Amino acid sequence: MHETEILLAVVVATLRAATPLMIAGFGELIAERSGVLNLGVEGMMLMGASVGFIGTVATGSPILGFVAAMLAGAALALVFGVLTLSLMANQVATGLALTIFGVGFSALVGVGWIGTPLQGIATDIWPGLSKASPMVQQLMLLDPVVWLAILLPFIAQRFIYRTRAGLILRAVGESHDVAHALGYSVLRIRYLAVLFGGAMSGLAGAYLSLAYTPMWSDNMVAGRGWIALALVVFSTWKPLWLAIGSLLFGFVTIAQFQAEALGLDVSPHLLAMLPYLATIVVLVLISRDATRLKLNAPAALGRPFHATA
Amino acid sequence: MRLSLEARAKPARIMVWASPLIAAVGSIIGVSILFAVLGRDPLAALNILFVAPLETIDGLAELGLKATPLLLCAIGIAVGCRAEVWNIGAEGQFTIGAICGGGVALAFGGNDSWWLLPVMLLAGIAGGMAWAAIPAFLKTRFNAHEILTTLMLTYVSIQLLGYLVHGPWKDPQGYSFPQTRQFEADALLPMLIEGTRLHIGVVFALASVPLGSILLGRTMLGFQIRTVGAAPAAARYAGFSRNRIVWVCLLLSGGMAGLAGICEVAGPDGQLTPVISPGYGFAAIIVAFLGRLNPIGILFSSALMALLYLGGEGLQVSMQLPIAVTGTIQGMLLFFLLAADVLINYRVRLKPSRAAAGATGHA
Repeated sequence: MHETEILLAVVVATLRAATPLMIAGFGELIAERSGVLNLGVEGMMLMGASVGFIGTVATGSPILGFVAAMLAGAALALVFGVLTLSLMANQVATGLALTIFGVGFSALVGVGWIGTPLQGIATDIWPGLSKASPMVQQLMLLDPVVWLAILLPFIAQRFIYRTRAGLILRAVGESHDVAHALGYSVLRIRYLAVLFGGAMSGLAGAYLSLAYTPMWSDNMVAGRGWIALALVVFSTWKPLWLAIGSLLFGFVTIAQFQAEALGLDVSPHLLAMLPYLATIVVLVLISRDATRLKLNAPAALGRPFHATA
Repeated sequence: MRLSLEARAKPARIMVWASPLIAAVGSIIGVSILFAVLGRDPLAALNILFVAPLETIDGLAELGLKATPLLLCAIGIAVGCRAEVWNIGAEGQFTIGAICGGGVALAFGGNDSWWLLPVMLLAGIAGGMAWAAIPAFLKTRFNAHEILTTLMLTYVSIQLLGYLVHGPWKDPQGYSFPQTRQFEADALLPMLIEGTRLHIGVVFALASVPLGSILLGRTMLGFQIRTVGAAPAAARYAGFSRNRIVWVCLLLSGGMAGLAGICEVAGPDGQLTPVISPGYGFAAIIVAFLGRLNPIGILFSSALMALLYLGGEGLQVSMQLPIAVTGTIQGMLLFFLLAADVLINYRVRLKPSRAAAGATGHA
């Protein structure tokens, strides 16, 4: 391959691998900014992956598939919200339960769809260019969801720091008592943030089963939900850093691809460890400065709110 | 009228034990609806799930077999949770325990050495402890959260097992299946009941119940563990080292998960394969919570969870339901438990709706 072609291929593959992390991570970032720690990202992504896949195959429309996936993710997030927000259950335990349930239920829902072939959603959004060129074929892999993921950090940055809604969101996450005293409905804002997080997780999961792979198999999210959670900590709850982290991870995830390009013969199992090991390294680097983490974390993160007055 | 929650002056002790029962009833209703949706007769399915496995000696032996890893992992996890140390990577420590003990079996099996089984078990425990020592070090030295590190290491361990059974440890006579050769007879755990698969591992699991109870309830270390979890400020004031408790909890739960791992491969499996656990390490988290983080409670919840695994297999065979039903029911059970637990600290009250309250206020 020509050098620019290899470079382009690596950039495209990195962007595609980063997309689900970026989208799910952004949803979780919003939920955590409102003060809710939802460890169920993995489970919600799995539900999105299976429901999105089935929806697309059944209706023939990827758009309907993505919508169904977002609704599925939000539905699971609603269960989480009822338990942790209305019933004040432990957020850590409930999030774990959500993931365990999501792993099982997505497998149950998707049982008849394993091995069903599906055309990816790569679309011809570069009209007028010759499809014969390998460069154009690479660019065509950048589907609309990837573009959404590229734009997302900038939208998020603006929303969180430059809009009134973003300010209220942060206020609820920093001190729910003060926000409540000011007359904001803490629970309603948190429900919205959690549901949004669920919908984004569902979208990210559906991206995996509809575009990235594209197919459905049990447990296919393979820990990306947990990596997204780690990335939110890594980003210190800042969207632009989340984007940088996701790209870094996208790059590590495609290590296998790079090893092949370089002609290295390494076991795929050993290469598959890399993103998980990288998560640990990144987590260590960011967590060692406990003060910085504490200053940036939403102060009410993980604390239940029960209005007494 | 609307339902509202009112904080209790102090937690209701009776609800601590009543809420798992409420959760069980809720789950049975939820599961029945699930079966109906899947087009199966709910009563027949419930019978296969909860009753049929208990009707034969073989079924009971299988129950003990499946409860063994759950019990070992869950008691370790529960001790950690008491100190708010969240080891959710028991699955990974289980895997590394199986790899380490299995490695010993492959290297030294077939010589009829008396020390082989004890060394295998110790290797399994040491492997699980070593794997859990990594998050303990990262937590105490670098403040890295153990939920994420233990979980990431689980994925790493599963890849490591995959690498070994696809690569250096692959059975040359295995028709290119990714698996090691069968362990020699002297590397297999002795059976407890002839004709069943119930092995001596269940004794270790049962022994961990009183040992866990004594540790938590009757020792200074157990008191420190509970204090660090329930009242971190008080623990600090009393001079209890949080770091030490983190190490103790992770090493203990890692070692127990490692023991569970080696017992699983030296028991029913007799070899290493890419998948050695149907998610015991994760299900053990549910078992620990369902058993109220109390070893005696965990004894019962592990039996219940083992029954779900067995019944799930029964449903697969006789009703052609996918095995994923088990995971769905497990998750549902935990949801209901978490919801019912609200009754421990709050009571549900019927209150006049806000509008009505406002109206009476004006009158």
